[in-house]
Amino acid sequence: MGNENKLINGWLMLHIALCLTFIFAPIAGSFVFSLNSDRFPSLPLGEFSLDWYRAIWNDPLVWSGFGNTVIVGLIVAVIATILGFGGAYTDYRYNFFGKSFYLALALLPPTIPVVIMGLAMLAFLSRIQLSGSTISVVIAHGVMCSPFAMAIIRLRLSQMDPDLEAAAWNLGGNEWATLRHVIIPFTRPAIFAALFITMAVSFDEFAVAWFVSGLNETLPVKILGFLQGQVSPRINAIGSLAFLSTMTLIVLAQLLLRNPNEGSK
Amino acid sequence: MMKRPSLFSLVLAMPLLVWQLAFFLFPLLFLIAISFWTVKMFQMQPDLSFANWQRILTRGVFWDAYLRTMILATSAAVLTSAIAFPASYAISFKLSERAKRWMIFVLIIPFFTSYLVRVYSWQVFLTDAGIINAALGHIGLGPYPMLNNTFGTLVGMVTLCLPLVILLQTFSLNFVNRDLIEAAHNLRCGRLRTVASVVVPSAKVGLVIAALFAFILSFGDFVSPLYLGGGNPPTLSIMITDITKSGQQWPRAAVVAIMMIATLMTVAFAAITYAYKERGK
Repeated sequence: MGNENKLINGWLMLHIALCLTFIFAPIAGSFVFSLNSDRFPSLPLGEFSLDWYRAIWNDPLVWSGFGNTVIVGLIVAVIATILGFGGAYTDYRYNFFGKSFYLALALLPPTIPVVIMGLAMLAFLSRIQLSGSTISVVIAHGVMCSPFAMAIIRLRLSQMDPDLEAAAWNLGGNEWATLRHVIIPFTRPAIFAALFITMAVSFDEFAVAWFVSGLNETLPVKILGFLQGQVSPRINAIGSLAFLSTMTLIVLAQLLLRNPNEGSK
Repeated sequence: MMKRPSLFSLVLAMPLLVWQLAFFLFPLLFLIAISFWTVKMFQMQPDLSFANWQRILTRGVFWDAYLRTMILATSAAVLTSAIAFPASYAISFKLSERAKRWMIFVLIIPFFTSYLVRVYSWQVFLTDAGIINAALGHIGLGPYPMLNNTFGTLVGMVTLCLPLVILLQTFSLNFVNRDLIEAAHNLRCGRLRTVASVVVPSAKVGLVIAALFAFILSFGDFVSPLYLGGGNPPTLSIMITDITKSGQQWPRAAVVAIMMIATLMTVAFAAITYAYKERGK
């Protein structure tokens, strides 16, 4: 550009570094605290210890919460991805009266504050005798996760050559066959990415789950309980493990999206 | 092309529509309905009573919380946007394509960490005997109260919003026409003036939308005000959780929730109108 100023550039890079420090300080802190013997970590840090991991390993409540989280996450991922696929294909392929209403309904849930979603879900689900069950968490998370699945798959569909579908029809494939042999193979990486991402979103969602789950608490709801009770570094240990498993899902999703030709023929 | 929707199109389009109608739109409408219901003997009963509305809207406590929540969310949106902009500017204009992609990936990571765990971690950093005050103590400063006050709440809200705002700002800055900046430089427009009168106006829509998202997220957040701000006096979201969890007064919580949604819709509409307004009118 010929209009660079080392001082300003250096200052800007420092600013990026500060922002990243601020964003990642609590995440890194949680890792460090989880491996620290102190109940109230401060400077200087206490000794290295695995006590908090041992504590959660031996806590049956943590295990039941973990079980609920995994079950809910798996079911939600499948439901949200199926719903999202249908929505994405509908948006890609069709124009119809009320399409903007359809899209708004499909994509708006993440913008509604979670306390309001939680209250609305609780009031509605308890009216139809479903609140306090694992199903109610699945229903609520299905609403909240399907927009993410839809966005991911829609993005992939927009990379598809529009002639591809037409070619399949010309070759005598009906819509179902085209869906099965052209569309689904083409979007397969995005479908898997959507499965992983929606599972990750469900794993971390605590607010709506807290409102509707009753006694069948998921792990994040348990953490909320720990927060309300006494200070407990067990949160750091759970958080660190949850972070590692979520990151595994994200990296898998990322790898799938980066090599879009793998997995499809 | 098609007059009647085919079975194929219905099979694909309907599941999402039905699910979101039944479990998203309907619960929200139901929320409006129960705001007119009454509670007798710990049971909600269908009714058409304005008592809940009257009770909430005539309380000073509600309006105090409303004002507090508005100020907090506005501060968080302005603060986050101001902190984010130099970073987004640098990412968009100063980094190589490769570094840009990496930065975007790094900024997506926080979305998949538990917000609760991060807030708990901030508690450890910010207490009077915590990491930051201990560090400050070594150089003879503090301790400063950083927890259970507005500072704590804002730290939490900025933590929640900053990655999203940097990402949205970066995407909108990426669309700014590079030739315009070159032209401004050739016309001897200063660096800061180029940013203020060329870059910011070109990216206005994205910048406003980013601030709007920060406002929406902070407005509805109950975790930071509760666990970093102390929760007392309450914000609107804390009010909702308190009312809901402490008994059967869901209709009153519904009134608070509807007021929140109405506010968010108004703010969103105003922000989007402002974002798309032509300059110089």
